[in-house]
Amino acid sequence: MAGEARDGRIVVVGASLAGLRAAETLRDEGFTGSLTVVGDEPHPPYDRPPLSKQVLLDEAPADSTGLPVRRDPDAEWRLGVAATGLDPLARRVLLADGESLPYDRLLIATGTRARPWPDPAGAALDGVFTLRTREDATGLAARLAAGPGRVLVVGAGFTGSEIASACRKRGLQVTVAERGPDPLVGALGGTLSRLAALMHREHGVDLRCGVTVTALLGDGAGRFTGADLSDGTRVEADVCVVALGAVRNVEWLAESGLAAGPRGIACDAGCRAFTRYGIVTDDIFVAGDVSRFPHPLFGYQMLSLEHWGNAVAQAEVAAHNMVSPGPLRRPHLSLPVFWSTQFGLNIKSVGVPTYSDHIVIAQGSLEAGRLAMVYGYRGRVTAAVTVDMAKSVDYYRHLIETAAPFPPPPGAADRALTADIPLPSDVPDPKGLSHEPVVALTGHLPDRALMVVQPPG
Amino acid sequence: MAPGTLLARITDYASRPDPYPLYARARAAGPVLRQDDGSFLVGGYHEIAALLHDPRMSADERARTTPTPYEGSRDASFLRLDDPEHHRLRTLAMRPFGPPHSPHRVDAMRGEIARITEELLAGLPADRPVDIVDDFAYPLPVIVICRLLGVPREDEPRFRAWSDALVATADIRPGEDTTEVERAGDRAGAELRQYLLDLAERRRGRPADDMLSAFVNEPDPSLRLTSQELAVTAALLLIAGHETTVNLITNGVLTLLRGPEHLRRLSREPGLLPVAVEELLRYEPPVHLRERVPLVDIEVAGTTLPAGTSVMLALASGNRDSRRFPDPDRFDPGRADNEHLGFGSGIHLCYGAPLARIEAQTALGALLPRLRTARLVEDPPPYRQNAMLRGPRHLRVRL
Repeated sequence: MAGEARDGRIVVVGASLAGLRAAETLRDEGFTGSLTVVGDEPHPPYDRPPLSKQVLLDEAPADSTGLPVRRDPDAEWRLGVAATGLDPLARRVLLADGESLPYDRLLIATGTRARPWPDPAGAALDGVFTLRTREDATGLAARLAAGPGRVLVVGAGFTGSEIASACRKRGLQVTVAERGPDPLVGALGGTLSRLAALMHREHGVDLRCGVTVTALLGDGAGRFTGADLSDGTRVEADVCVVALGAVRNVEWLAESGLAAGPRGIACDAGCRAFTRYGIVTDDIFVAGDVSRFPHPLFGYQMLSLEHWGNAVAQAEVAAHNMVSPGPLRRPHLSLPVFWSTQFGLNIKSVGVPTYSDHIVIAQGSLEAGRLAMVYGYRGRVTAAVTVDMAKSVDYYRHLIETAAPFPPPPGAADRALTADIPLPSDVPDPKGLSHEPVVALTGHLPDRALMVVQPPG
Repeated sequence: MAPGTLLARITDYASRPDPYPLYARARAAGPVLRQDDGSFLVGGYHEIAALLHDPRMSADERARTTPTPYEGSRDASFLRLDDPEHHRLRTLAMRPFGPPHSPHRVDAMRGEIARITEELLAGLPADRPVDIVDDFAYPLPVIVICRLLGVPREDEPRFRAWSDALVATADIRPGEDTTEVERAGDRAGAELRQYLLDLAERRRGRPADDMLSAFVNEPDPSLRLTSQELAVTAALLLIAGHETTVNLITNGVLTLLRGPEHLRRLSREPGLLPVAVEELLRYEPPVHLRERVPLVDIEVAGTTLPAGTSVMLALASGNRDSRRFPDPDRFDPGRADNEHLGFGSGIHLCYGAPLARIEAQTALGALLPRLRTARLVEDPPPYRQNAMLRGPRHLRVRL
């Protein structure tokens, strides 16, 4: 079995972070067979976090964020061609150029794309951007460098907030429109989102919360000129960045029979994809943003994560399991961790803040703009977020991993006065947000109606 | 051997050449061991790392409630303060040194460090065995930290005496009366701080390209250190800036001379040098022990560390923990997974690490060609008294 698993044909669909790390790990783990990596973008794998930070600040060009290759995965790269379908019975991946690739084992790592502005006419206006790809970042950076009179950012999640921060750092006027009550509220809950709102305003952002953008406006020449808001006001701007979260790239799997839907592709803890009947496959694996998987620390709810660290860790587990016999397979149990830099603050999150009912500020304070906030669910610690206190994260990670009691025990020298007074975590229903949260508990519900397919004849 | 005396055995001067078997016993009997004097010794990697990241552990010796032989009234540097005060002082001290405000300060010194290294090598004695410590590994970081801070090099003998007295107070000698050592340290500290204050005062309004100038000429009042803070911080940087790197370089030379195959490999693959320096920081770190004090009772690996007791974290022991590093007693200059404790971890992670790395890489890289035919005059070499900052006092080598 071990020898057999290390040979044959493996196809990886998705040539970004998860796809690359999986390909490298497959070779590290002794896979000697043929390896093909398919990517719809024309570029070799590149890193996305700098696109909304350094690239928008002109500190780095967008084409400089190529991912370092830890080892040559000795793969055939099929770049610039999208996968359009999957025939799991014949074990073939169908490509946009009409070809099809046979596989013995398949890894799906197709990730997400930016959610576009829903009205195609508005989305097509010159000056309206989303930010996901290298081209998006290049175009937006050039437009920001040209010195627009005002930038409108739609959505105050992490990407929207980072874009607003970059605009202010460049001295540009910026308006942020968010449907929820405060920025980042979907990811961090009410208390920290108030600090986030303060940061926006202190840095000169024209922050409008509790409003939606009802229309993007253009002039006769198709150039973006502004937007109408639900409160009846109008924002005049030359550039609009639509930051409404991500859409999972699953459409190509519509006829595949896999449990693939808007929340991603369901898989088990070993990264093996489920069929729409909830039956686990043994030759199709999933990793990265496009997956959703059960996590024991969060009630075995299915988690979908758009985190850099998750893409790496899950890709490594998936690759290991693809070439390992059953008893040697490993579960993907790593704790969600992500970070963001905005308005000069470093925000780091560990665990799932939305899986909470109460919070305490365990160290520091909102006033100091430096703190550690701990999230609890039914008396145990489930998440922590630090602001400019990243070195404390390891301690709280340990509390989460060991299901330590909430509120956490006292004793830190910089413990906040309020550390023993739990407050409601105030996590809103995602439906009230402009954007999708980057961590989503997707529950046990299947994404599509269960229907038994009758074989023909 | 009773595990309750391990710390005393480790700090005993007779153990200085090779404390590693004692660390191995501490890990086997521990990883958290109560000592006969009531303090605790922690030798396991994961336990040390967890405690270094634990906000309930204090670096402030005033948090100690157990009796100490000497109750001094020293002004603490950020090395021995907790947040939020530690954070404020460290952040202000970082402004002229590292990112985000001075991201290129240390890196821009590479050329100068290389030049100083070459000058020292050119001046090595030809008529007697070279003492790697006195002739090379000590002067290099001293010249560099003087340059960086803005201290005239000709004053080096003065602050060497102060530094020796201060470093002695940072040592631990369980069971010994250290009152005299502490008093001498207090006097030296006061003199050194006054000396640095006078120097800084001369830079006020006449800034040069050094950190003392940056400290006194900071235009934003909210970002200015008080005189006392400036003196304490500058003294810390001056001393920590050379007392450790000298051991790193010397331990590096010793390790390479003991393993000629590593010398050959590094000569073949000079690109490996940065990785090899990390391995050195794991295998023979300059800082062996750090003290912390629990602010509340903390349970670690089934043992309760009572609030207020002295807890000695054996960083050098954690670095040799087989639960973390495969084959930990082997020096492997190509070791990839090497998250060592050589610079500590957590909020007190070594401030000067970027500088120490460049100094060690430059110094060892420049020495390599000469070491290929060199041999040790004595092995083990004579060691310094200090068990916490461990390194040879002399390392005589025939080049």
